[in-house]
Amino acid sequence: MKRRTEKIGERGKPPLPVLLGTRNIGFSRMRGQLAPYAFLSPTLILVTLFFFIPLVMVFILSFTKLDMTNFGILEWWKPVNWSLDNYVKIFTNRFLSRILGNTIMYVAVTLALFNVGMALVIALITTHIKRRTGFAFRTLWFLPRITPVVVYTMMWRALAGPAPMGVINKYFLVPLGIGGGEYLLHTHPWVFIFLVNGFIGASFGMILFASAIESIPKDYTIASKVDGATTWQTIRYVELPMIKWPLLFVTTYQTLSLLTSFEQIMLLTDGGPGLYQTEVWSLTAYHRALTSYFGNTQWGYGAAWSVVLVIIGVVMAVIYLRVFKFRELVEEPKIDQL
Amino acid sequence: MLRPKLKPVLAYLVLIVPSSLIILGFLWLLITSFSTRVEGLQSLGWTLNNWRFLWESPFGPQYPSIWAVTLNTLVMSLIMTLIVVVVSSLTGYALSRMKFPGRKGFLSLTLILHAFPSVTLLIPIYFVLLWIAKIPLIGRDVPLLGGFGYNTIGGVALVMVAFQLPFGIWIMKGFFDNISWDMERSALIDGASRFKVWWQIIMPNIKPGIAALSIFSFLTAWNAYLIPLTFTAGRAGKSAVLSLYLQNFISESVMTEWNAVAAVGLFQLVPVVLFFLFTQEALLNIYGGGKKGGV
Repeated sequence: MKRRTEKIGERGKPPLPVLLGTRNIGFSRMRGQLAPYAFLSPTLILVTLFFFIPLVMVFILSFTKLDMTNFGILEWWKPVNWSLDNYVKIFTNRFLSRILGNTIMYVAVTLALFNVGMALVIALITTHIKRRTGFAFRTLWFLPRITPVVVYTMMWRALAGPAPMGVINKYFLVPLGIGGGEYLLHTHPWVFIFLVNGFIGASFGMILFASAIESIPKDYTIASKVDGATTWQTIRYVELPMIKWPLLFVTTYQTLSLLTSFEQIMLLTDGGPGLYQTEVWSLTAYHRALTSYFGNTQWGYGAAWSVVLVIIGVVMAVIYLRVFKFRELVEEPKIDQL
Repeated sequence: MLRPKLKPVLAYLVLIVPSSLIILGFLWLLITSFSTRVEGLQSLGWTLNNWRFLWESPFGPQYPSIWAVTLNTLVMSLIMTLIVVVVSSLTGYALSRMKFPGRKGFLSLTLILHAFPSVTLLIPIYFVLLWIAKIPLIGRDVPLLGGFGYNTIGGVALVMVAFQLPFGIWIMKGFFDNISWDMERSALIDGASRFKVWWQIIMPNIKPGIAALSIFSFLTAWNAYLIPLTFTAGRAGKSAVLSLYLQNFISESVMTEWNAVAAVGLFQLVPVVLFFLFTQEALLNIYGGGKKGGV
């Protein structure tokens, strides 16, 4: 309140009655200082409940042997019951190398081919053709993202189905004489994991790239055309360098998203068809902790699997803050008190 | 425009071939739901029989009907949308317009949480929900919502709110940053409280932002699968939502009736697609808010 009157005074207006009674001013000043926290309180409660407490708990749980059988008996919060056994178990797991390999392959291939590759291709093509057509294609590519995931994976199962039923087999592979019309999800599970995830992932980059390309001033592209550049040269030497930041952002951001996403794989193959054939790290964590595995859900062991991802997540999130100059985005607000 | 004649054709091919897979998938869904059997996209006989889940429960009378499940999904989506919009705009307003100790830290925190993979926290969140379930009054037995604890519509909604919040706050802050504060200032000089200014002056001015965030949140909630699956007990129980109902259809019948499944899938999909087609312009606004930092 005091600050407010001073500033108004500076602007040449008569200072508001400062003598209104000091007690009153003290009270409103306190209220003014508390106001921001009142606005923040719902977020603070939710973030504490669903981010902070869980974050601490996931670390503690990962050191315990808590599971469904000893729930309520084991005092998991007591350091006496903590050990590194779960981590030893993870790193001596004989499927570890397969799971790790699967995870890297899943993230790298999906990212390169779809989340960045296809996204860039769609963005570039749809910004260079008729506006309406381009927009229609972008809408189409948005559909996988808004389709309920169970329905979406069901569609892909139908596309991959065996010979007379499966769409891909019936209309593409059999007429061309490729393969024996088997259930493609059994013969090529990885291809479909890439496709299913990639078709969802592509829309994120597509939207960001397209809007970045459209916001490049027309002068640049016109200038390059006047100089006789082909469309490809314009793209390569003018447009791509100008969307460097969105490209880098999508790449890193989607790496993290892919690393921790397993919903589609769970619904499509659930880690199969072979033993751990398509099991990725995050799916393992989920399987161990929250699906009834031999009638037993091992919360502690599953938590240890997720802790590894949690650490990667925190590290990458901090890197975003530094690399993408988020500091600039946290600049002081334009106004506060008057 | 690509100059030589061949190149546009080539470009269209690169775009059309993968796009056709999406179209084929949706076509299959539509044809299958009205057929007795299909081979590829060819119907071997048309029927409306697959849609009888609309008036009788396929799992027997002890299970909730599709309408009860739809109501659950709708309630969950609306509750989640409402809380996300109100809470994110409160916080977004404070971050955009107020100076206070800890502001920078709070904003960085929002950004870190936005990038943070919340799915990795599902295990401890399960315990948090078990605790909330023990709290009297809000834990369980709330009409319509069931409560906010484990195995309730409200609990599932609350977890999704938390996951959506960092994104929502970020988007709303972007919208607040973009409006001028002249009106707000004069209202403050006239002695209006911060809350009044927020509700009566600022909120009506960021309708596009509210619309975009609402649509986005609603779509997320309607389609959600993993969180309802993890935090409700029975797939066809009292707090089932459409995604779980559909999944239940697939895994628990002896012989999965794919045609009926396709019909249920379409039942869940159609409202979303219609909703999306009518609101997509408002939705794509969402990427305008935080363009500077990516999303």
